[in-house]
Amino acid sequence: MLSFVAQRVLKGVIVLLAIVVLNFFLIRLAPGDPAVVMAGEAGASDQVFVQQLREKFGLDKPLPEQLFIYVKGIATLDLGFSFRQQAQVSKLILERLPATLLLTLTAFAISLALGVLFGTFAARFAGTFLDTGITIFALIFYAMPIFWVALMGILLFSVTVDWLPSFGYETVGANFTGFAHVVDVAKHLIMPAMTLGLFFMATYTRMTRASMLEVKRLDFVKTARAKGLSDAVIQRRHVLRNALLPVVTLAGVHAGTLIGGAVITETVFAWPGIGRLMYDALLQRDYNLLLGVFVTCSVMVLIFNLITDLVYRLVDPRIELAA
Amino acid sequence: MSKRVLLGLLLACGLSASALAQEPKTGGVINAVIQPEPPGLMLAMIQNGPTQMVSGNIFEGLLRYSPKLEPQPELAESWSVSEDAKTYTFKLRKGVTWHDGKPFTAADVLFSVEMLKQTHARARNNLAQVDKVEAPDDNTVVFTLKQPFGPFLGIFEVGSMPMVPKHLYEGTDWKTNPYNNAPIGTGPFMFKEWQKGSFIRLVKNPNYYEKGKPYIDEIYWQIIPDAAARSVAYETGKVDVLPGGSVENFDVPRLSKLKDTCVTGAGWEFFSPLAWLWLNNRQGPLADKRVRQAIMYAIDRDFAKDVIWNGLGKVATGPSASTIKYYTDDVPKYPYDPAKAKALLKEAGYKGEKIRLLPLAYGETWQRWGEAVKQNLMDVGMSIETISTDVAGGNQKIGDWDYDIAFTYLYQYGDPALGVGRNYVSSAIAKGQVFNNVEGYSNPEIDKLFADGAVATPDSKRKEIYAKAQKLLVEDVPVAWMLELQFPTIMRCKVKNLITTGIGVNDGFKDAWLDK
Repeated sequence: MLSFVAQRVLKGVIVLLAIVVLNFFLIRLAPGDPAVVMAGEAGASDQVFVQQLREKFGLDKPLPEQLFIYVKGIATLDLGFSFRQQAQVSKLILERLPATLLLTLTAFAISLALGVLFGTFAARFAGTFLDTGITIFALIFYAMPIFWVALMGILLFSVTVDWLPSFGYETVGANFTGFAHVVDVAKHLIMPAMTLGLFFMATYTRMTRASMLEVKRLDFVKTARAKGLSDAVIQRRHVLRNALLPVVTLAGVHAGTLIGGAVITETVFAWPGIGRLMYDALLQRDYNLLLGVFVTCSVMVLIFNLITDLVYRLVDPRIELAA
Repeated sequence: MSKRVLLGLLLACGLSASALAQEPKTGGVINAVIQPEPPGLMLAMIQNGPTQMVSGNIFEGLLRYSPKLEPQPELAESWSVSEDAKTYTFKLRKGVTWHDGKPFTAADVLFSVEMLKQTHARARNNLAQVDKVEAPDDNTVVFTLKQPFGPFLGIFEVGSMPMVPKHLYEGTDWKTNPYNNAPIGTGPFMFKEWQKGSFIRLVKNPNYYEKGKPYIDEIYWQIIPDAAARSVAYETGKVDVLPGGSVENFDVPRLSKLKDTCVTGAGWEFFSPLAWLWLNNRQGPLADKRVRQAIMYAIDRDFAKDVIWNGLGKVATGPSASTIKYYTDDVPKYPYDPAKAKALLKEAGYKGEKIRLLPLAYGETWQRWGEAVKQNLMDVGMSIETISTDVAGGNQKIGDWDYDIAFTYLYQYGDPALGVGRNYVSSAIAKGQVFNNVEGYSNPEIDKLFADGAVATPDSKRKEIYAKAQKLLVEDVPVAWMLELQFPTIMRCKVKNLITTGIGVNDGFKDAWLDK
């Protein structure tokens, strides 16, 4: 197990390096000069000012040199300096990371729990009214864009019935502490987490249902039945456990997609996470900050995938852990 | 009781009630929207709009300006100009302190001038005519100019020339100075807290030099990146003030009708945002003046104002907004006249060459405006291809002169010498720049008029020169002027006196109070 983890970490570092180099050039392919963006925001741009900004941020150096400086920084865990926000990138990311982790992990938990639950019910009662109902419900959320669900949620729960706050991480100025603070954050979290989670929930519901129906037809289920095991035990211990493998695979793959979805969710709900930080950095061509967020996301995806492999082993002990 | 006495009593009651209503009340919190989140709050180093909106409460300039752009005292309590119009003497207010308790003196002004010359592009240009700045005593500052510079008294508002505490910045690396993140000014509000991505909190300066002000205890600037979510935040009572440009224009009429909501277009007189289309004068059909004039006739600007901007703003008549000095409407007119546009295109020999149109990526309103203009131009037979980019990509194309028609809007800063000339004089043509003469218009007569206008005395002479320049430019159509934009500020009616100057919400909330 340990050597498996070590090998995966080593591979991860190589993948990360490739991601850094690729992204470094990729974001510079997009038209738009950060110095011009900043000069523009200042309401005036003369050549002296733009040149000053380029020199200040090392944008006047040749690209390979800029890459070398950047990679050297990464090796010492220095993600560089944000041009626009005039602060260390790592500080900016660390400020925002907890909010994103809270949002994405909650959404992930909601989607997986509800998805597997609904999928199991749909498979258990396949062909019934309940199955059809769950399928339609899942398809609706699968088909609706996240931003649309978000806006409709705000319209319904904030404007019409006024149950939930429409934006932010906490009630500004309320200065809640202790349990009251936890409740306050939870209230703010419900809508963004549900919005982000419902899309993925729909996928897991469909996947669990299909997978369970397939497993149900396999011989070992017949054997279990022949042994006289109760239906509940067969469903839970034999069918569900085996049917979960593709769901776990999908969940691992979704780690990256979840962060992509967080960009939209965080923007609509003014959730102060790194998704929004990334979006703003992209619009402002804040190269270092953008790369820093990419690196952070990549590390998160790599960790998620490692966890997926380990969970595989737990779900199905027959699987050998091979790096 | 006779009718006359009753009437007298009623009048007296009414008058005293209205007098009471005008008496500012102290206390309370204002929640306002700030969009986008400012990159920092050190106004001397970052000059974008949101930074000024927040930091205009923390920092101050020597002067502020009335809605008619007349100078008013701020940190300078009085000023005088020498007869040769080359020496400006400012008497500073006594007893002003920085938020850390240290006194504000003339030495801070001298230091600020030197720092801004290096960190503030607009201030550097504005100060180019200054020969020397001296401080004969702690409360006097004397600016000596190389030659008379007409708009000089117009360069001292907080965003154009914020005062910086010398004792905290002198001899430090300005870029990494810790006070950039916790700025210290002389303003009515002090920086308290910034939760990145959520809010910025300012609290009342208890030692503010204007006794009794500010009236408000705290300001929370809420950061909400999505325009629809900002509208909802106002609708659900979570914010009290939506500064101009915070919500999409099509939401303005709906929000304006909400209960206890007041709307004002005031407070943009100093900036006077004017929208126009850059027309690339260098190449293709647009190099021909007749094609540019045809574009002016082809575009239905009243439609844009009434439908896309919901009736807000004013159709522009030329390079100057009607709110800035020396504006004249005695210029050639270009009413919506598609037939005339077609005739001009025919006369110019336009054969349907493809014209690239670059809309402004500032949201839905601008997108719609791009579509309307495209439709107008296609209606008169022009072949238009829309190029979609984000703001940074669009700026790159404009800076590289890689466009035919491009939307923009720019501030005018109250005086043609500060915010108009830069877009038309040939010395301001330089590749890689986005906000100067990117259309490539070059006319020696215009160059001379703007050069003379900046230094001419007396005022009547400047007026004459700029009238001539406006007429000449409107005849030549180097760019297609569209609208004098109006960015309405939407707020709860209980928020009083929010906007008292021509700089509006960008000038701080020192006069604002809450009628609870």
